Amino acid sequence: MTGDIVQMGAYIGAGLACIGMGGAALGVGNVVGNFLSGALRNPSAAGGQTATMFIGIAFAEALGIFSFLVALLLMFAV
Amino acid sequence: MATETYGEAEAGLVFHPMDQFQVTPLFGGGTVEWFTITNVTLWMGLTVLSIVALLVFGARGRALVPTRSQSVAELAYGLVYKMVEDVTGKDGVVYFPYIMTVFMFILMANFLGLLPLAFTTTSHIAVTAVLALAVFIAVTVLGFVKNGFGFLSLFWISSAPLILRPILALIEVISYFVRPVSHSIRLAGNMMAGHAVIKVFAAFAPLVLISTGIGLVVTPLSILAITAIYALEVLVAFIQAYVFAILTCVYLRDALHPHH
Repeated sequence: MTGDIVQMGAYIGAGLACIGMGGAALGVGNVVGNFLSGALRNPSAAGGQTATMFIGIAFAEALGIFSFLVALLLMFAV
Repeated sequence: MATETYGEAEAGLVFHPMDQFQVTPLFGGGTVEWFTITNVTLWMGLTVLSIVALLVFGARGRALVPTRSQSVAELAYGLVYKMVEDVTGKDGVVYFPYIMTVFMFILMANFLGLLPLAFTTTSHIAVTAVLALAVFIAVTVLGFVKNGFGFLSLFWISSAPLILRPILALIEVISYFVRPVSHSIRLAGNMMAGHAVIKVFAAFAPLVLISTGIGLVVTPLSILAITAIYALEVLVAFIQAYVFAILTCVYLRDALHPHH
């Protein structure tokens, strides 16, 4: 085996950081699922709230992207 | 450097997922100084040219029954105008040109980055940080100009119990200053992540040329994966531009009407 402990730590940390993306997936699914259940009950009011849904998706997904960024930084910038 | 650590291990086709984000000078030279013409310059110029081609030359005919490019230009205009009007209200429509510029630049930069061998300018935190910082400074200055010191009522939640208000004010101030950080990292991270994933699958795709046995299984699967992720990236490119623009509108509305 080659490499040093620091590299190993960086790679393990990158793998652990990717667990955060599961939370982001749950969050985005939550937002869209709630929007869908509300839209199927009241279709005429659904169109006006698609913008709010996209904002909610953006906020939820951003945190998953932050964790992916940490993983990328550990993989390629340490 | 990334190319060296991987280049020695395998011969032939080696794609390091992070190589596509390197800023290289266009006309030789070696280092990137303040005013070097780099690939970022080229792709930003192409972005602006494509926006001009779509909005100016596409809609030049001004036909009552629109042509295809005029229809696309009108759709883009209508989408952003409706969004600005809905989110910021009637008095926020004055700032529509700025929102439209930001939206079209990010949209075209994201779409152009999807072309093969292209460089995604918005995947660099340098580019998106400037965009987000411009929004932050503009919105803060506008808030103080329009409301004077009443702008600080944005942080004073009058619908909360009096005991909690100082703590909430501190939290609100911190989250206000985190806005440009999240605004920029969201766009840069989404773009970089998407393109890095495509490159990772692309590194598996030529495996059939190296070892035919496992390559016959891996290559078709990785080409399918590249196609699927590419489709997702087209969607994400549009959604991220839309989200950047709509969050700019939300911050603008907070600046124009800071009452809670």
